[in-house]
Amino acid sequence: MSSVDKAVVRLEGITKRFPGVLANDHVDFDLYPGEIHALLGENGAGKSTLVKILYGFYRADSGKIYVHGKQVQIRSPQEARRLGIGMVFQGFTLIPALTVAENVALFMAELPAFIRPRNLYRALKEACHRYDLDLDLRAPVWQLSVGQQQRVELLKLLLARARILIFDEPTKVLVPHEVEGLFRIFNELRDDGYSLIFITHKLREALTCADRITVMRQGRVVGTVTPEEASEEILVNMMFGEKLAEVTRPAEKAVIGEPILELQQICTRSIGTAPALVDINLKVHGGEIVGVAGVSGNGQRELGDVILGLLKITKGKKVFLGEDVTRWSPRQLVSAGIAFIPEEPLSMAVIPWFSTLENFALQDLQRFSLWAGLALDWARIKALFQQGFAKLGLSPLPLQARAATLSGGNLQRLVLARELSRPYHLIVGLYPTRGLDVRSANAVRQALLAAKAEGKGVLLISEDLNELFSLSDRILVMLHGRIVGEFRPEETDLSEIGKVMTGVGVVHA
Amino acid sequence: MPNFLRRWKWPALRLTVTVVVILGVFGLFLLLMGKDPIKAYRDTFAANVLNPRGLSELVVRMAPLLLTALAVAIPFRVGLINVGAEGQFMLGALLGSWAALNVQGLPQPLHLLLLILAGMVGGALWGAIPGLLRALGWINETITTLLLNYLAPLIVGYFVFGPWRAPELAMYPQTPEFPSTARFPSIAGTRLHLGFFLGLFFLAIYAYLISRSRWGLEMRAVGGNPEAARRLGIPVERWILIAMMVGGALAGLAGIAEVAAIHGRLKMAISPGYGFMGFLINWLAFANPIGILIMSFLVAFIASSGFTLQITQRLPYAAVNVLMALILFTVLAKPLAKGAQR
Repeated sequence: MSSVDKAVVRLEGITKRFPGVLANDHVDFDLYPGEIHALLGENGAGKSTLVKILYGFYRADSGKIYVHGKQVQIRSPQEARRLGIGMVFQGFTLIPALTVAENVALFMAELPAFIRPRNLYRALKEACHRYDLDLDLRAPVWQLSVGQQQRVELLKLLLARARILIFDEPTKVLVPHEVEGLFRIFNELRDDGYSLIFITHKLREALTCADRITVMRQGRVVGTVTPEEASEEILVNMMFGEKLAEVTRPAEKAVIGEPILELQQICTRSIGTAPALVDINLKVHGGEIVGVAGVSGNGQRELGDVILGLLKITKGKKVFLGEDVTRWSPRQLVSAGIAFIPEEPLSMAVIPWFSTLENFALQDLQRFSLWAGLALDWARIKALFQQGFAKLGLSPLPLQARAATLSGGNLQRLVLARELSRPYHLIVGLYPTRGLDVRSANAVRQALLAAKAEGKGVLLISEDLNELFSLSDRILVMLHGRIVGEFRPEETDLSEIGKVMTGVGVVHA
Repeated sequence: MPNFLRRWKWPALRLTVTVVVILGVFGLFLLLMGKDPIKAYRDTFAANVLNPRGLSELVVRMAPLLLTALAVAIPFRVGLINVGAEGQFMLGALLGSWAALNVQGLPQPLHLLLLILAGMVGGALWGAIPGLLRALGWINETITTLLLNYLAPLIVGYFVFGPWRAPELAMYPQTPEFPSTARFPSIAGTRLHLGFFLGLFFLAIYAYLISRSRWGLEMRAVGGNPEAARRLGIPVERWILIAMMVGGALAGLAGIAEVAAIHGRLKMAISPGYGFMGFLINWLAFANPIGILIMSFLVAFIASSGFTLQITQRLPYAAVNVLMALILFTVLAKPLAKGAQR
């Protein structure tokens, strides 16, 4: 009984079933006052579902929730907030046109009809100062960086007097030094007696920051450990139940073929806050993986868009398989054999309400047309669907599942199967492993290496330097829309590339 | 549960609940007015559905509604909100009337084909303006289609008050009567005309193409996630323009059908808001073909009921506007209900 009283949150036997998926299977979880509790697991392990149940976003099919030792029903986020539970979602819920202070005020539990700005600002400043949040309270939210917006979300929870704070993959959107800052804030919050749950699939983050780590796999809790007891290896074993081999490029020298894609002096106009590309020269040969490194927002996305024909080229020439394709439409380029594997497949590569099969069919509808498009050859699409997954050594997904219901890792498998089951010569990967768990990311990496072995060209845009080093034959570095360096991974190291990425290193020709 | 039932369970339930809510609230309104809702419903049902003549008039009203609903549904599939079916309807009537009045000596089938095509071109052009502006990424189509609705009657007005005005009826702003070769044939003894069958025909084509064809899949992909569609090489801008033009063409067809079948001449009062009713129908049906058929019938029934209520219950025709407004509320409430479902 005493242990029940001590825990601020105790979940017992939580079970939640979605159509076709058992997201949580009798999950037990507890959280103590003044504790940082990491929830670790791969995509689709049920972490998000569990905290969303605690926050009243979903209702559990069965199981009990105790808050401060009392059994409660949490039917909505409002009820969760009344219990002092707050959550920072992956996608933020701020109103861009309002200032930081206004956004926070909107969220306060007892918002008076007229706001006394002075009191509000005093409270805000105190909180900012205490936790070193470094925010301009009068700045409109659209001007803030993602990291700052995340701090506004936290500020909202603090001012609304939440004592139990849930963070859903807070580090996913942050750059490394922002992650450190966030962990410092976590520590201070803990010292003030707040209880924190934070979701991650990165082992190192859980080990550096958490007091306890609960590992989930396929909707179940595998175990709870402290960082002292655990090591990366133990956690990997808990997450996957088996040893995962690291994916690296084969040791023997690659056979480099003919150039597949060539960009010559490409320039574009800048749109909005996106940088313009300036004099981009780039060659991708068959049997080669060319990595593109850079701090995100330095023109990598634009580079991908230029290759796909989505961004207008103002100067320069684009050659694909020896043909000038500078003015080709995206459709022509896709049909000519460019496969595209983006980050966040749900927003960039699939139609959320389409079934997996329909999404698969979108790869190149001209191929599947009967009677000039009056009908589609679904039998052939189904056959290719099975083949596409088999070729990559993946088990096929259910045909009729809606894309929106799939986990990020499974969506990326669908995109891989789709893009690589049609005739292609070049893969453009735009952060293809971002946000994926280790196993799904490895599936992507394996597919890229297989493509390379078949003599296809691969352009891999990534922020993960370890990934670039282990896969690429050459690494290009982008900064402010230019290519500022070219390296061979065996002749350089992380810190050299890191310096060039941030504009301090020596620039190679 | 068989696959068929599972697919239709939610839409069917949604339609039923919508209808019940609307009838219930309007019944309360009738009670407030001191009328007997049961009797009023029975009377209107008897007069407009059970009575063969009433039923045929109701179906006559369905003809333009099927087409204007499609005019909203097709752009809806690529993620556009076409509020401009009313204007496209007027322009279709205008260009169709030009073909009816200025071409002579053609046999009836050819003349009809010509005026149908002219009507469709008129509507398509009126739909192409917002479509093009949207495809270029300049202006939101909801605003332009809405504003063009105010422009269209002025253009029609210019012609019926000016160059096309019938000299023998100087008192009325209207064109001369169409030649007999330009009148839509109808089933003997009723006003049920060719337009209704064209409406059914295009509804069937829509139902097939949107679910089975490559074009339907591409359009739904554009509507579902334009960003992904663009990256998959689907020509998003082209589909936006095409959807607006095809939608406009069908609204234009509704316009010329109404003029050539019912009025026999172009004048100002040719639409009691068919374009807007089409919008309502589509949002009730969520672009589902069967839903469009059912909801067209329902809205036609409501429009016809106005007259019955006027006669049997001595209610002003405006009472029907209350009903239409109620429907609009239910429609607007729906996205929320849908969100709650997720």
